[in-house]
Amino acid sequence: MVMKFKNKPDHSRYDVVVVGGGHNGLTCAAYLAKAGKSVLVLEKRPVVGGSAVSQEVFPGFTYTVCSYVVSLFRPHIVRDLELARHGLEIIPLESSFSPLPNGDSLCRWGDPHRTRREIARFSAKDAEISTEFSLAMSQLARFTKSIIDNPAPNPASLNPGELVQAFRASQGLREANADQRFTYMKLLTMSAADFLDQWFESDVLKAPMSVSGIIGTFLGVRSPGTAYVLLHHYMGEIDGAMRAWGFSKGGTGGISEAIARSALSYGTEIVTEADVSNVIIKNGKAMGVALQNGDEIQADTVISGLDPRRTYMSLIGEEHLDSELTEQIGHYKFRGSSGKVNLAVDKLPEFVSRPGDGPHLYGDVAIAPSVQYLEKAYDQAKYGEFSERPYINMVIPTLVDPTMAPPGKHVISCFVQYAPYDIKEGASNWPQKREAFGDAVVDTLSEYIPNLKDSILHRQVLTPWDLEQEFGLTEGNIFHGELSMEQLLYLRPAAGWAKYKTPVRNLWMCASGTHPGGGIMGASGEMAAKAILGRHAA
Amino acid sequence: MPIGTPFHQRTSELCTSLFFKDWAGYHTVCSYDTSHEREYYALRNAAGLIDVSPLFKYEVCGKDAAAFLSRVMVKDITRLEVGRCAYLCWCDDHGKVLDDGTVFRLSDEHFRVAAAEPSYSWLMRQTRRFDVTIEDSTDRIGVLSLQGPKSRDILKNVSDADLDNLQYFGLTQSKLDDVDVLISRTGFTGDLGYEVWVDCAQALTVYDAIMAGGRDYRLQPVGLDAMDVTRIEAGYIMNGVDYFSANHCSIESRKSTPYEIGLGWTVDLDREPFIGQDALKAEVLQGPAWATVGLVYDWPAFERLFNEVGLPPELPGGAWRTPIPVYNHKGAQVGQATSGAWSAILKDNLALATVQSAYAEPGTVLQIEVTVEYERRKVPAVVTKTPFFNPPRKRA
Repeated sequence: MVMKFKNKPDHSRYDVVVVGGGHNGLTCAAYLAKAGKSVLVLEKRPVVGGSAVSQEVFPGFTYTVCSYVVSLFRPHIVRDLELARHGLEIIPLESSFSPLPNGDSLCRWGDPHRTRREIARFSAKDAEISTEFSLAMSQLARFTKSIIDNPAPNPASLNPGELVQAFRASQGLREANADQRFTYMKLLTMSAADFLDQWFESDVLKAPMSVSGIIGTFLGVRSPGTAYVLLHHYMGEIDGAMRAWGFSKGGTGGISEAIARSALSYGTEIVTEADVSNVIIKNGKAMGVALQNGDEIQADTVISGLDPRRTYMSLIGEEHLDSELTEQIGHYKFRGSSGKVNLAVDKLPEFVSRPGDGPHLYGDVAIAPSVQYLEKAYDQAKYGEFSERPYINMVIPTLVDPTMAPPGKHVISCFVQYAPYDIKEGASNWPQKREAFGDAVVDTLSEYIPNLKDSILHRQVLTPWDLEQEFGLTEGNIFHGELSMEQLLYLRPAAGWAKYKTPVRNLWMCASGTHPGGGIMGASGEMAAKAILGRHAA
Repeated sequence: MPIGTPFHQRTSELCTSLFFKDWAGYHTVCSYDTSHEREYYALRNAAGLIDVSPLFKYEVCGKDAAAFLSRVMVKDITRLEVGRCAYLCWCDDHGKVLDDGTVFRLSDEHFRVAAAEPSYSWLMRQTRRFDVTIEDSTDRIGVLSLQGPKSRDILKNVSDADLDNLQYFGLTQSKLDDVDVLISRTGFTGDLGYEVWVDCAQALTVYDAIMAGGRDYRLQPVGLDAMDVTRIEAGYIMNGVDYFSANHCSIESRKSTPYEIGLGWTVDLDREPFIGQDALKAEVLQGPAWATVGLVYDWPAFERLFNEVGLPPELPGGAWRTPIPVYNHKGAQVGQATSGAWSAILKDNLALATVQSAYAEPGTVLQIEVTVEYERRKVPAVVTKTPFFNPPRKRA
């Protein structure tokens, strides 16, 4: 059941107005309401969650429309906001299954020996080293934890407060030994494929591992800088287990709804179908927001849950900004590179390589048969075409949450890369290519799942253009801007404005376009709230 | 050497992990795969089918059956209506608990007792002045526990029982794939769920029908490991784990009264004499010395202990049942946690504990021992009312 909200606020004035009811906006609102503020969240769409949203797009079938798995969500936020009590439930993925075009396949399991035997069929050496690799990555991820759980310190500042923050954020790295620091430097500079080459020889293993380095970026697995994105995807944890990814019960909208319930319980007001046109700014200070319907709401503090470009260029407006900052924001890279295909099916996919129902279907399925396949997919995107044979990450959430479809039927969620925002015909021509893109995805999958086409009852195709137009993601970037080093940490979204503040007094940012970045983390929302309350993040 | 249950032929085929254990002399599955995780989530989000046939079962029949059971049980069974079940315990003459279990009233003069321990001899010894017969039906009846939010949909698919009107702790006779079964709305997971009681001869037919009917609802065969986590979340105690049957205790201090194990609510004290009544009356006047409580670990403190040595917090892989000391704020031991589990759904580290009554008030902060890198440490744990997990669907 998708939650319903009212369409009109009760009052005309609040302590805080949050623009955008995505998961970060809701998290920020919940923390502020818990601290005693009167908070109003304004969401343009009829449902909350932004891109962490579940909707019954086809009768009886609930799609996890955009985002589809979760790992990075901060455990302390679950505690602080009592999200388990409000219905949050993360069900770990059991396996990572990679079918191959030759009818073979690789499946990595929670059971280490089973995984070792699987990998050994391709490389005996890789089979054993993969546990060492996992240990190394989880240690690096642990060191990084203090960076993502603290505001990004400004290295150009000698202000004592900044130094304290720098000290806290670097706590993990200070615990690292020399070898680990070297590995860290490599991670920051190398490509995902090169980084993995240091450890592994089997392409069948490296390809599905390397894709974590390209998700949401307009880069290939051989592009420098992608190794860091790989680590970003290792930083998640479920119940203390690093690198665990899971389904959210009810789709990722289940996370947003749990946060919304928590926010409501602290007295937050949430209004949907409320389209904010701009922030009302007087003398460089935010006074409230104006809605498209002409209504105005006063507020002491306005928080933008929108991405940096929409915040700076639409909500604020260039006229209120320095030209230098305008330029910085103009250069901030979005370059959406992925799309989403959601399917309603009347039977489970039957893989050539592993026929039948089984535990290999309970995790994620990666169509990433080789590093070269992935690079070829990227090549097409570089020249303004979607990949005819894309990387696809597929999950079947109905296996663990059968309430998302009628009995015996399923929903399949497919994350697809590459689908460049700037296709050569121009982004606005995406609607004419939408179905061809959907066909490419279904055709690709059908090479591995011959029964797929006949089982499809409904198909939803979301191109980067749709992600922008419908979900407000500039250029369809799922992370509110790429996770590349030059726009992370104290540079996200712009040098000097990385601490959730904006040049407009009392206007703050709280979403993925701020440190620590994208994915369903809640960290930006939480740290923005703490910055506003004048508290350092824990 | 344990023997198979009536469902062994199916469960042993499905149990690819070969993880079995001995439950009351029967081979029972711990987990069908090497991890019980999928089974645990199935119990909470879809449905799971658990073979609980090793429960000891007794058919108590005759015109004095109700009076007899009222005499031996702490509850007044004469008031139990036909088609209802009651959870309760029974005691020795000194009011010390022998076992806890369930009594089902199948008809005016036919009851079934389900127990954790062999109880035939003890029951028989109390029959002298009653017109009753007792049959040990343990080996004659197989029991499947179908638990989880989809359990009702599945049973509706395969049986003709009127499940929409079957209340929590109700029971009904019905046909399941043409086989006569008894369906009770009971279980050990604290969720929506049913137990299906069937004659051994037809056990496999019923098993196959439920599994087939559950396919579209992602029904999973579930072993004892997953059930054990859910029973901790539900706050259900176990004989031999959280308390000991007075029959097996060589020392007095190990015995418990119903009030000490959280089963005081099952005692109907003021009525015709029943076994242990005088002692229980005295206990009520005097107040029980011990209480069984829920404990929730303080997570930030728990995590900090591990982080101090550079480790992520280590959570138990499943439910544990090795007793752990519990201390008061001054560091004096005031009891022990007897079982516990990490609840992935509640995101809480849970334990069931026996503590001195003075420390039983919900909200009391105690200290529980945690071993961190071979070192014994303590973290705060808050006394919490059980069940920890209590979804509305359980009774809806």
